[in-house]
Amino acid sequence: MTANPAGRRPRLRSAATPWLFATPAIVLFTLFLIIPIGYAIYLSFRGFRIDGGGAFGRRVQTFVGFDNYLAALTDPEYVAGLGRVLLYGLFSIPSVLGLALLFALLLDTPRVRARGFTRTAIFLPYAVPGVIASLLWGFLYLPSTSPLNYLAKQLHAGPLDFFSFPTLYFSLANIALWSGVGFNMIIIFTSLRAIPTSIYEAARIDGASELQIAWRIKIPLVAPALVLTGLFSVIGTLQLYSEPATLRPMSTTISSTWVPLMKIYQEAFMNDNLGGAAAASVVLALGILVLSMLLLRFFQRRTFGDNA
Amino acid sequence: MSATLQAAPRTGDRQFRRRRRSGAARRPRLALIVLLLGALYCLAPVIWVVAAASKTSRELFTTFSFAPGSGFFDNLANLSAYGDGQFWQWGLNSLLYAGLGAVLSTLVSAMAGYALAKFRFRGSQVLFSAILAGVLVPGIVLAVPQYLLMAAVGLAGTYWSVLLPVIINPFGIFLCRVFANAAVPQSTLEAARLDGAGEFRIFGTIVLPMMTQGLVTVFLLQFVGIWNNFLLPFIMLSDQDKYPITLGLYTFMGKGAGDGDLYSLVIMGSAVSVIPLIILVLVLQRFWRADLLAGGMKG
Repeated sequence: MTANPAGRRPRLRSAATPWLFATPAIVLFTLFLIIPIGYAIYLSFRGFRIDGGGAFGRRVQTFVGFDNYLAALTDPEYVAGLGRVLLYGLFSIPSVLGLALLFALLLDTPRVRARGFTRTAIFLPYAVPGVIASLLWGFLYLPSTSPLNYLAKQLHAGPLDFFSFPTLYFSLANIALWSGVGFNMIIIFTSLRAIPTSIYEAARIDGASELQIAWRIKIPLVAPALVLTGLFSVIGTLQLYSEPATLRPMSTTISSTWVPLMKIYQEAFMNDNLGGAAAASVVLALGILVLSMLLLRFFQRRTFGDNA
Repeated sequence: MSATLQAAPRTGDRQFRRRRRSGAARRPRLALIVLLLGALYCLAPVIWVVAAASKTSRELFTTFSFAPGSGFFDNLANLSAYGDGQFWQWGLNSLLYAGLGAVLSTLVSAMAGYALAKFRFRGSQVLFSAILAGVLVPGIVLAVPQYLLMAAVGLAGTYWSVLLPVIINPFGIFLCRVFANAAVPQSTLEAARLDGAGEFRIFGTIVLPMMTQGLVTVFLLQFVGIWNNFLLPFIMLSDQDKYPITLGLYTFMGKGAGDGDLYSLVIMGSAVSVIPLIILVLVLQRFWRADLLAGGMKG
C-alpha cells in the first residue's frame, strides 16, 4: 500500500473491507442459524401454555427446568422413533457408501467401457427430490402398481408386501440408496482421479492385481472422502422425514410419529407443545453431534494416522 | 489442498494400455456388467414413471408396469386442469425458490468465501470456525424456532419465509473459500489495487469471473438442495398457491389414498417435475466441478 507509481492518492484499504464482504453472510448466519438455535435452547427449558384461541393467542410461559427433556427421553414414541431411525441408518448408510465406493472403483478401473453413460445414469437420481423419489418407489412397492408384483402374479405367487415390518426398513433404505449412491460415488470417484497414477505403476510392476491395488492403495487413499461422505450421511439419516411421510398414505405400518422428526412436528404444530418439541429437537441434534464426533474421532485415528 | 483441485492427468493409463493390450480383459468386463446393472437400477424408476404417466387409470392397474399406455395427453390435460392450473403454479414457485434462492446464496457465499480466503483480519478464524460448525448443524433444530421467529415478525406463510433462510449456506461459503484460495492469485489483486481499483470493483470484475467454475458448482448444489427441500416449506407455508412442487405433490398424495384417478395425476406430476431437473443436470454436468467438492472435503 506504500508503492504508488501512478502518483494518485492511495486508496485507503481499511480493515473494514473483509468485514463488508462478509456482512451479508454474518447477518444471515446470525438471523437464521444462531438466533434460532439459541431460541430453541431457550424454549426447551420453557413450558408454554396458550391462552385464547388461534396459534398466536396470549402465551403463558414458565421456566420448567429439565422437565421437557425428561418428558422427551421417557416418551416411548419418541424413543421408539430414535430406535427406528438408528435401525434404518444401520441398513442405509453402509449400503449407500459401500455401493458408491464399489461403483467409483469400477469407474476407475483402466479400460472399462461406457464410463460416461453409467456415471451419468447412476448420478441422475441426485436430481430427483426425496418426496418424488419416495412417490416413485412407493408406486413400485404398491401391490396394485408394482411391476415386481405383476411378475409375481403371473407366476401365481402371493402378493409381495414391501411395507410390513422387517421389509419396510429395506424398502426405505432402498430409496436412500437410489437417491444417494450417485452423489457419493461422484465424490469418491473424483478423489480417486486426483491420485497420481504413478503410485499404481510401481504396484503393477510388482505384479499386484487390480483388486489388490483397489484394496491396498485406492481405498486407504480415499478414506478421508469416505469419512466425510459418511459424516454427511449420518447427519442426513437421523433427520429422516420426507420419505416415511410421503409413504404414509400407502401403508398403515408407518404411524404419525414413526420417526423423531414426525413426533417433533406433531408436538410443535398439532399439540402446541413448543417446549417439548424444542427439547426433542435439541436431544436429536446433540445425538447427531455426538455421533458425528465419535465417527470422526474413530476414523481419524485409523485413516489419517497420528499426524491428524 | 490446491493440488487436489485439478484432477491429475492420467498419463499412466496410456502407458499401461500399451504394455498390456493382450490378456486381462476379463475384469473390465465384469466391472462393466456391474456398472450397467447400477445404471439400470438408477434409470428404472424414471423409465417407469414416464411409462406410467402415459396410462389411463384403468391401464395403470391392469397392464404391465413398463408398457406404455394410451392416456398421456389426457393425463397431462387433467393435471393442468387441476385446481385451475395449480400444478404449474407450484412449478413456478419451485423455480422461484430454487432459482432466486440459489443465485443470492451463491453471491453471499462468494463474498464471504473471498473475504475469508484473501484477507487476513482479526476474527477471521472465529468466523471460519463458526461457519464450519454451521455445516454440521442439523436443520432439525432450526425448523421450529425459525417458524416461530418468522411468525413473530409476520413473515410466516409468505414467499420470504421460504426464500430468506436458504440464502445462508455454510457449506457453500466453505467451498467458495477453498475455490477463492485456489483460483484467485494474490498478485492479481495487488496489481488491481495499485491501479486504483476499488475493492468492490475488483470483486465484481476480477474475482467473480475467476471463480466462475466453483460458483457454478455451489449454485447447482444449492439449487438442487432448495428444489429438494421439503421440511422448510412444509412448516412455513399454509397457502397452497405458494407451495413448491414437492409439497404440492405430497399433499396430492395425502388426499387420494387408494383413488385411482388421483394416482394418475400424482404419477403425471412426478414425471413432469422430474424431467426438467434431469435435463438441467445433464446440461450443466459439464460445468459441474465435483473435484472442487472432493478437494474441499479433504481440507
